[in-house]
Amino acid sequence: MMPSMLNTRLLSAGVLVSVSALALSACSPKPPKQLPPEPGPPVTNTTPAPAPMVPAGPTPGSQADFLASVGGRDTIHFALDKYDIDQISADILRVQAGWLLKYPAKKATIEGHADERGTRDYNLALGERRANSAKAFLVSLGVDASRLTTVSYGKERPVDPASTEEAWAKNRRAVTVTID
Amino acid sequence: MMMRKFSYGLLAGAALMAAGAIHAQTIAPAPVVTPTAAPPAADNGVLTGTVSDDTAWQSLGIAIPSFATNADVPTAASAGSTAQLGRAIAEVITGDLKNNGLFKPTGPNSLPPIPIIQVLTPDFPTWSTRGAEMLVHGSVSAASNGNLVVGCYLYDVSLRQQLVKATWEMAPGDWRRAAHKCADTVYSRLSGESPFFDSRIAYIAETGPKDHRMKRLAIMDSDGANHRFITTGQAMALTPRFSPDYRKIVYLSYLNGRPRIYVYDVESASQKLVAETGNPTFAPRWSPDGKWILYSMASAGNTNIYRVSANGGISQKLTETPGINVGGSYSPDGSKIVFESDRGGSQQIYVMNADGSNQRRISFFGGRAATPEWSPRGDQIAFTHIAGNLRIAVMGVDGGGMRYLTNSWQDEAPTWAPNGRIIQFFRTEKGTGKTSIWQVDLTGRNERRLPTPVDGSDPSWGPIRQ
Repeated sequence: MMPSMLNTRLLSAGVLVSVSALALSACSPKPPKQLPPEPGPPVTNTTPAPAPMVPAGPTPGSQADFLASVGGRDTIHFALDKYDIDQISADILRVQAGWLLKYPAKKATIEGHADERGTRDYNLALGERRANSAKAFLVSLGVDASRLTTVSYGKERPVDPASTEEAWAKNRRAVTVTID
Repeated sequence: MMMRKFSYGLLAGAALMAAGAIHAQTIAPAPVVTPTAAPPAADNGVLTGTVSDDTAWQSLGIAIPSFATNADVPTAASAGSTAQLGRAIAEVITGDLKNNGLFKPTGPNSLPPIPIIQVLTPDFPTWSTRGAEMLVHGSVSAASNGNLVVGCYLYDVSLRQQLVKATWEMAPGDWRRAAHKCADTVYSRLSGESPFFDSRIAYIAETGPKDHRMKRLAIMDSDGANHRFITTGQAMALTPRFSPDYRKIVYLSYLNGRPRIYVYDVESASQKLVAETGNPTFAPRWSPDGKWILYSMASAGNTNIYRVSANGGISQKLTETPGINVGGSYSPDGSKIVFESDRGGSQQIYVMNADGSNQRRISFFGGRAATPEWSPRGDQIAFTHIAGNLRIAVMGVDGGGMRYLTNSWQDEAPTWAPNGRIIQFFRTEKGTGKTSIWQVDLTGRNERRLPTPVDGSDPSWGPIRQ
């Protein structure tokens, strides 16, 4: 499991380096099968990609604007049964905090999730714990705690429904969703 | 809803449906002490069992022909006339008795009907040649007040002796309860165990794809009958528990997008929040007397267990450690609570006094241990053991004698039958995420799937109905 976790992390890090990675990936060939899918989490599926050809961008301060300005990185991931914020997650949260500090009137909900390989109640608590970790980190960067709420979905809302180590790594996550 | 039992003296050769000197009383689970040691009858191969276990040497052959009626008249029951009810009741009894590995019941579909006179004077020679060791006879009649009266008689064919009998009067809509009560009577008399068939189950009905499951609160009888959806599915529902009197269900709902526990009143179809708090609350449980509700609440990333009166009021915090303390299950006498905690680094099982004092870990066998449930008999704790796969296991209340009951990819959330002899749990299928409800006995050998209209999870077995 650790190797695949590592792959995910490395890819995430690579994506983070290039702000235009999301736009690039839209016209790139599909990545090899063993790699995780495109960096955008599923909640962004309906969001228009920040294609440079489109003259009118998303409304400033909107959820679409948030997604565009964080390069689709609205999600951080966690190791098995863990809730700590690692370096990759910290970098992602710093970008998110930048947007949140730019729009101080906006509120956000952080959704915490667990993979399916745990019992229901514990996973609800674990999802809450992960969401709270993300929240605490954002607060430490200056975001007012009263703007951030958390909600745990435990193992109820997998982003990848497969029963594989790769899917479980993707499902152990906290997603920041701004409230329009 | 109301059922009355007319109790007679055991083995008394009373007249059929003796309506005279009877004292109606509420049914109480009378403990039966002596299982019948019937000598093995000649097996002519006429009776065929449907037991899943192949240890036939310990399975007792029981013949259950249609219950007879003194007059075939229409009733308001779903099963039809009294004669039709007689057959349906025998079928329900057969279904109840065939799934626990103790009995080899043969039902009315394979047996000739009996005349009403034989209910009290069975044709023992014929049943003996058919290979029946035990014989269940019964009668159905319509009372003048519109109720049904169902008699239930158990005979030892070899001894040519009546072992037990009972009669119930119930509203037509409760006819299946009479069948379950009769099955309970037979089961208790022959096994020496407490009854459990006349009980209900609350669970979560699941539909839809794995990443967008619709989860609805639903209830049903112990055999899956009388199924009813309670919630519409607009708000995700999880982890229901029937109150001991079956009047309420405590469960987790994502109503308005916030996971919190509610108490749903079955009769009025209304619900209310258990604890007014800004924090998420989950994993609700009743105390055995129905006076308390345990729940877990997350705050600043940590989760702790609280206790609140079922009538509301101030919550009392029972655990206070960093990490996740969750769930909880009372001992039958209400004095202790078994719960799970990762305070030591991984999910393990702990016991504390009901006031939160004297918390100590009891699981020390490797892997993770979760969702402990105290047996209604008090002597064992069922739980989910996690070591790669999730499996149902039991252990003593001191944590000793751990053993597995199931071996599948993902079995979790055990809940005890009212008599502590069968454990129900749910199974998740790898990949598809499809869920189903299963029962297994304490040997681990007799496992069966409980039929549900759609996928099912989070089963919770209520007590024997009074």
